[in-house]
Order: sequence, then C-alpha cells, then structure tokens
Amino acid sequence: MKNPKNLFIFIVVLSLFCLYLNLPSIIPHPTISFLGISIPTKFPLSYGLDLAGGSHLVFKADTQSLSNKEREKVIEGLRENIQRRVDMYGLSEALVQASKSGEDLRLIVELPGVKDVDEAITLIGQTAVLDFRQQKEATDAAAGFLSTDLTGADLQSAGINFDPDTNQPVITLDFTSEGGKKFARLTEENIGKILAIFLDEIPLSFPKVEEPIKEGKAIIRGDFTLEGAKKMAAQLNAGALPVAVNLIEQRTVEATLGQETVRRSFQAGLVGLFCVMLFMVAYYGKLGFFANLSLIIYGLISFTLYRLIPITLTLPGIAGFILSVGMAVDANILIFERMREELRLGKERSVAQELAFGRAWDSIRDANICTIITAFVLFNPFEWSFFPMAGMVRGFALTLGLGVMISLFTGIVVTRTLIRVLAGKNKQNFHS
Amino acid sequence: MNFIKHRYISFIISGLLVAVSVFSLIRFGLIPSLDFAGGSLLEIKIDDSDISTQRLWEVVEKIDVSISQIQETGSGTFLIRIEGGKEKGDLILSGLQEKYQKVEKLRFETVGPTFGQELLKKALTALAVAILFILFFVAWRFHDKKFGICAILAMLHDNLILAGSFSLLGHFSGVQVDSLFITAALTTLSASVHDTVVTFDYIRKQTGDFSSQKNIEAVANKAISDTIVRNINNSMTIIFMLVAVLLLGGETIRWFAAALLIGTILGTYSSTFLAVPFLVVAEKMGRKK
Repeated sequence: MKNPKNLFIFIVVLSLFCLYLNLPSIIPHPTISFLGISIPTKFPLSYGLDLAGGSHLVFKADTQSLSNKEREKVIEGLRENIQRRVDMYGLSEALVQASKSGEDLRLIVELPGVKDVDEAITLIGQTAVLDFRQQKEATDAAAGFLSTDLTGADLQSAGINFDPDTNQPVITLDFTSEGGKKFARLTEENIGKILAIFLDEIPLSFPKVEEPIKEGKAIIRGDFTLEGAKKMAAQLNAGALPVAVNLIEQRTVEATLGQETVRRSFQAGLVGLFCVMLFMVAYYGKLGFFANLSLIIYGLISFTLYRLIPITLTLPGIAGFILSVGMAVDANILIFERMREELRLGKERSVAQELAFGRAWDSIRDANICTIITAFVLFNPFEWSFFPMAGMVRGFALTLGLGVMISLFTGIVVTRTLIRVLAGKNKQNFHS
Repeated sequence: MNFIKHRYISFIISGLLVAVSVFSLIRFGLIPSLDFAGGSLLEIKIDDSDISTQRLWEVVEKIDVSISQIQETGSGTFLIRIEGGKEKGDLILSGLQEKYQKVEKLRFETVGPTFGQELLKKALTALAVAILFILFFVAWRFHDKKFGICAILAMLHDNLILAGSFSLLGHFSGVQVDSLFITAALTTLSASVHDTVVTFDYIRKQTGDFSSQKNIEAVANKAISDTIVRNINNSMTIIFMLVAVLLLGGETIRWFAAALLIGTILGTYSSTFLAVPFLVVAEKMGRKK
C-alpha cells in the first residue's frame, strides 16, 4: 500500500470498524451469518476481580511430609478436587490454577462475584476425604451405600492405562499392603455388586466388582475418554494423598466498589485525554489536530483489542492504558520537532515532512524497545518463577506493552497518512 | 544555551536530592504494605452521621487487634490496615458491626508474611534483570558501553530519588510501598531510558563515532538543544494523564499515579541534565588516561 490514498481508506475503514465495536450496547450488535459461519459483533469488555467484584484466594498446600515424586502427583489431584468443589458450589466461572514456587505448591482460586467468601474458603480449605462404600442392600444399588474400612489412606496411588483389548483408557488403583488385604476381603464379599468410591461425601465412581482381587492392584473399566480418565485418576490421587491447604492470600472486592473505581478512572482518563489534545493543538496547531485524530484512533484500536483478545481489565491495567495515552503522542512530538528543525534549515514543507518521518524512526524504535523490554519483564509471559507473577503487575504491563506497539502504528503510519492525504491539498505553511 | 558548561548546577541539585533520599531511606526507611510485610486490609462503608477516623480509632482500640492505619477513602468509607491475618480482620468487622448499624464490607485483603517476602525477592530480581537488559541493549545500539552505563546511572538516580520521596511520604503521611510501587519503579526505569535513548540518538546522528569527535561538548550540547523541547513536551502529555488520575482516580491508585508522576519528571530531567553530561565526563576521563 504505497499509495497514501489506499492506506487512508484502510485507516478510515479500520477506525469505523473499531468505533462500531466500541459503541454502547444501545446500538444493536447483531450476530452476522456469512456463508454458514456466524460472526458476533458484540464483544463485551471483561473486567478483573478488582473491578467486577470477587475474590482472589491463594492457598498453600502442606506438602512437607511428601516425597518429591508424590508432590508431582498431588498438584493435579488437588487442583482437580478444588475445581470440583467450586463447580459444585455453583461457581461455574471460577478459575483454579496450580502454581509451584520453589518448594511450595500453591493453588490460586479466583471467584467472581461470590457473596459469602468465608463459606467458599471453608469449603475449599477442607482436606479431601476418600472412601470406598458397599451397597446397603445386596440387590438394589439405588438404596444407598454403607461406609467400609477402606479409605483414601489405603490407596497408594491411582493412574491411567490402556486396555490392550479395546484400547480404551482404564484407571489403575494401587493399594498399600494393608489396603490390599482390605480390598481383597471387600471384593470377595461383593462380587457382582457395586463398590462405590466417594470423594468428600460425593460419589465419584460406581465400579462393579467382577472378581476377587488379591494382589492389591485393580483397574476400573468404563466408558472413559482419555481426559475423563486423567481427571478421575487425579481426583483419586487427591484422596490417596490428602494434603491440608492453608489460605495465605485473600483479596476480596465488592462489586459496588469496583464499579465506582471504573467510573472514576474513565473520568480521569477522559479529563487527561482532553488536556493532552488541547496541549497538542495549542502547541502544534494543525499538526496537533492530526496527532489528536490518530490518538483517538489509538484509543479505539486499543479498546477493540481489549475486546477481541480479550484482555481482562484490572485497575492497574487501566492505569497502564492511561499512561500509554500520554506516551502515544510521543512519536508525533518527536516527528513534529524534527520537522520544525528541517523547516528552519529552509527546506520545503513537503520535503521537511517526509524527512522528519523518516529520520525520527530510529529514535522512536530504540526508545520504545526499552519500554517493551520492561513490559516483557513485568508481564512475564513464560511464567518464570523468579519474576513476579502478581495479576496486578501483569495487567499493567500488558496494556502498557500493547499500547506502545499500537502507538508505533498510529503515531507514525496513521499520522503520516492523515497529513499526506488531508493536509496535502492546501499549500499553506501549516506549522504553527 | 550551553547546557554542558553549566552541568555543575544539575550535578549539585541531583547530589542534594540523592543525599536527602539516602538519608531518608537510612533514617526512616520505607513502610512496606501488606503485599510485602503480610497483614490485612479492610475497607468498609459505615452509614452513620457521626463518623470519622478518630471515632473509628476509639471503637477499634477496645478490640484486641493491633491496627497500623485508618484512612478515610471517601464519604463514609474507610480503609483499616491490620496486623495479622483473616481472624483479626473478622474481629474488627464484628466489633464495628456491634457498634454501628450499617457496616458494609467493601474490600478485604490478607497476605501471609512469607508470601510477601517472596514477592519482594522476585520484584528485585525483575528490577535487576530489566536494568541488565537495557544496559546491554543501549551499549549494543550505540556501539559503546559508556552510553549504556550513563543511561543506567541516570536511571538509578531517578529510582533512588523516587524511593527517597516515598520514604519521606511514608514518614510524614504514612504512605506505604506496595507491588504497584515496584511496577512504577520499573516504568520509571523505562521512561527514563526512553528519553535518554532519544537524546543519545541525536548525538549519534551528528557523529558517526562520538569518541573520535574533537569538540564533544559542542556535539552534546547540540543534542540537548535539539531534544529538550521534545523531551519536555512528551513529559507534559504524560503528566496531564497522570495528574488527572492522581486527582480523580480514587484512593486505590492515587499513590501509584504519584510514583509514576515523580518518575516521569525525574526521567525527563535526568536524560537531559545528567545522562548527557555524564557521557561528556566519562568521555573526557577516558581520554585523559
């Protein structure tokens, strides 16, 4: 797109597209069907817990008594089990993440909009209890189950394997020597009946005993998908190696406080933006006007990306955006100053303009690489454990880093095209 | 204007600011927030006509929990910083609910002490890594390690004074240092280098090789004259945005915006008045040998 006119049309279309996506929801955003593919046009902004309200909880697992090998197993089991608990609590949007920090094993639980956090904490903080139960009535499984003396403590570990005949995934159970004896007795007594497995008082699986198992190793066959089998094995492990979890961090924000914060920061952003635009026009005249146009396009593109990617906006994230607005005009200021310099040297306006855009690029690139390096370290995309991984810091780094990259486009390509096309027609000397 | 000739003015100003900062950091230190030291934070809304921080102190003093700070954050909303974990926070809340009819919990945060220590260690690692990266990048871009070192020196100056200001703010108004402060410090670091790189770039543009120039002072001076308006104007736009956040953005990010603001101003000042003069001094020292 060497022709500035084509580029200009592209920028106008892009801006209108971004503007449409950012219009308030009063304007219809229908889902468009095109060649059988439905394309939504409504992308809501997603807000972090600090703005939408909710709880951020960090639990530390007490793994001191476990060997390294056991620890590996515990991680997934614990995560699955806690996910199961929050799901059952009716929190479908809850996010449970396991993270390792040195020797420590942590679980991060994000609960959006939960009313009673304390109840949720108690629920999550319980140590897993696994037990095997036999049928209350020999002929009727629906009548319920009775506890046996076989519990999670008797289970060494669970895993998955593949049935050589059907190639279906199966779950393997390894009992301790004590557990093996108990299991042998129970299987002998319950042939043809169900020996149910309960986790936290809730049934996990209803395997039917086919034959007595003496050697302390069992497999559960079923209609498992690989994913489902892995999940169940992890949950069984959570019961086999029960680990206590302690709350080490809690951040709870009420939704009302969050809304107030959003309102205030948007207000602050608008006031700041207005001042920046006023300053640009006052100082650079017509050039400042074009810089302002591309600044508005900058804002539209940023928010469109926040919606499309999507980026979860947190308070520091909004601060990062606000800061990046101040930085976005930097490239333009650098170019305009360069242009004045060339004009002072007696160059013609159009020559000065092209020279300024060309020569300022080196400075702009080098300077922005430093900001991108910092944003990279703060955002920590590879989750290196020696860098901070706090959500707040990352939210800020993400909007700041993204902002710098978008501003390279709007500050240089957009401003230059706008000036070439819109200001090129009149021959007035338009530096103020 | 001959900026390089009058470099001693900025060296004296910076020297004083650094001295005050170091003194304050040693004498008063920084007040770590719960992010680093552990503890709890409770923000509440109390619907009562006769409510003030003083009244709140009177109420909570009777509860067996040590409280480090009570701050008013809006009309009827208060921030209470508590030493200790969740149980302590619950005690305060139930104590207040006994006294007042309508107590609404807006925010509650608690962080364990070891967790905070770890965050501090990681934050410092991030700071060190970012500094090293930038040092190498600048030295490589300008084919001269002196450029890298001078950029880093100016940046360390900015961060030291930023820390010093927060030490004084902490001592006199109880402002705490949290993980957002570390973020602001890292941003200051990049903003400072940002301006320095632009100014250095003007030196590079005039001369292929800085070290081979006879009159380095004139070259440096021209670079400063050419970039000073740009550096100031660019900071102005950032300052507009940050002042708006500082005044209108609310309590939660007020001090974050303040830290960024101090950092931005220092960054612009040090790029022009420290980094370039440093470069001239370093070059001269190198030649004497």
